[in-house]
Amino acid sequence: MNQTISRLIMNRIGLGVLTLWIVSLVIFIITNLLPGDAAQELLGQSATPETLAALRTQLGLDLPIYTRYIQWLGGLLVGDAGYSMVNGMSIMELIWSRLPNTLVLAAFAASVSVPIALSIGIFSAMYRGSWFDRYINMMAVFAVSVPEFLIATIAVLIFAVKLGWLSALSHVESAHTFGEMIKVYAMPVLTLCSVLVAQMARMTRAAVIDQLSSPYVEMALLKGASPMRIVLRHVLPNALGPIANAVALSLSYLLGGVIIVESIFNYPGIATLMLNAVSTRDMPLVQGCAMLFCFGYLILVLIADICEIVSNPRLRK
Amino acid sequence: MSSNTSSVKKATSIYSVSLFSRLRGRSASGAIGGILILFWLIMSVIGPMVAPYGANDFVSYDVFGPVSAKYWMGTDYLGRDIFSRVLNGTPYTIGVALAATVAACTAGVVSGLVAAASGGWLDAVISRTQDAMISIPSKMFALIMVASFGSSVPLLIIMAAIAYMPGSFRIARALAVNVMTLDYVQVARLRGESMAYIIFKEVLPNMFRPVLTDFGLRFVFVVLLLSSMSFLGLGVQPPDADWGSLVRENISGLGSGAPAVIAPAIAIASLTIGVNLLIDSFGNKSAHH
Repeated sequence: MNQTISRLIMNRIGLGVLTLWIVSLVIFIITNLLPGDAAQELLGQSATPETLAALRTQLGLDLPIYTRYIQWLGGLLVGDAGYSMVNGMSIMELIWSRLPNTLVLAAFAASVSVPIALSIGIFSAMYRGSWFDRYINMMAVFAVSVPEFLIATIAVLIFAVKLGWLSALSHVESAHTFGEMIKVYAMPVLTLCSVLVAQMARMTRAAVIDQLSSPYVEMALLKGASPMRIVLRHVLPNALGPIANAVALSLSYLLGGVIIVESIFNYPGIATLMLNAVSTRDMPLVQGCAMLFCFGYLILVLIADICEIVSNPRLRK
Repeated sequence: MSSNTSSVKKATSIYSVSLFSRLRGRSASGAIGGILILFWLIMSVIGPMVAPYGANDFVSYDVFGPVSAKYWMGTDYLGRDIFSRVLNGTPYTIGVALAATVAACTAGVVSGLVAAASGGWLDAVISRTQDAMISIPSKMFALIMVASFGSSVPLLIIMAAIAYMPGSFRIARALAVNVMTLDYVQVARLRGESMAYIIFKEVLPNMFRPVLTDFGLRFVFVVLLLSSMSFLGLGVQPPDADWGSLVRENISGLGSGAPAVIAPAIAIASLTIGVNLLIDSFGNKSAHH
């Protein structure tokens, strides 16, 4: 790794931090825009002005908005996101109790979809225009244009209702053996994967096709190398950067996808925690979860960009 | 063929010729897409009028009834006609999404043009703001907005418009920057034409086609986002119902395989797939979220 690359990466990380800060500002402003405040909502209609004022002081709501923002941001930096308004629990504790479940689900989905998507993408690029390529392309259009809940409901209809193999709800606690694990995770992972594979395969295909049209591939072809050899020896090493970029960008879809999937299968993850917070208007919890999701998203986009920087041959010595 | 016609078209006026030449000799999938879109667009206007039953009429004692000659898509959890409820949902699903997409694309294209035409610090400020906006995932933004302001049709339109404006801005700005460097724009500048003239007469007409494609894709994203929100119970609120709400309220019929759950979901899919098929047949890049 040379000077230029490390400078570019540092710049990119700096830009990422700046963006995260703006995102925190946007989230905080939106969630504080309405005049109705937390103290009023906690105490309800029966609140006397005195108790209201006392609770406001206790919650720090009597402070001006920029002071509250700085306190909130400072808290986040040291790992303290405040307390839930509904049950008074620490938001960090709530998040930590749910986060592993979501990460397991995302890891499952990623580890299933990445190998499938890469092979599909590479094969359809190699046999561009063939029936396989066209069929895959059609499936991909279908997968990205239907809502996740349609895929999920069809999966439930087939595997839980008609075939009776799986249960329609995810009971994570009851999964002890490997077989039980598969039963619990099969449908949520399947739903997440269908969109994930479609997007990733498309982007991989585009990256490989881009390389296939370059002069060195023509050279290898004229040399008499077999298509398999061209792809494995010549194209893939050069397409690695764009493919890694495609994988990271596609994985960022998971952040939106889990919201629907966890809700349908009643999966106890971070997304259902946030959905509950939204419906009970538990603002501190909404803010905390939103920051976590945006942080995850920015990390994935950052990784995608860094892959692109590192793989750019013009920057190599 | 498409590169051939497009270069000819560039010489004449793109927007008047293209629609007809596109419709001629395009693939069957494009025609299917076009028919689906046309059907749903018409239904979004006349749907509630041609529905066989009222949206809230209890027409059958049979809840989660099967598909029959009387009830084309079965009946729902209260014995209402699903077909009528789907038709009554079209103004919500299509109208709301269309309004949001028009707002998003108009704001995106205008700010993109302004940024590209002015350059300098104004361009930098607009671009950085849009970049920050794009790094909040759209579903997350939707949840924050609904948590803060509660869900209503105007809020959903504003929310989706803001969420999808930055993407439109990016494309419009990139296109405009490209067109700005072309000779005829330089000539117009030298002629001393005003900024408004250059933007509306020279630049905008030559961005029309990619912007229209982008509009279609963005419409698909907005439909998916809004129906997902309704499916979560955070979108269109009862007694009104869009297609996402219909899936949600009938989800308990899934266990018995009721058409009431699947039919509205398939209605959404037919709309979004239709748009994608039409766009794909134009030979342009197609959707990724």
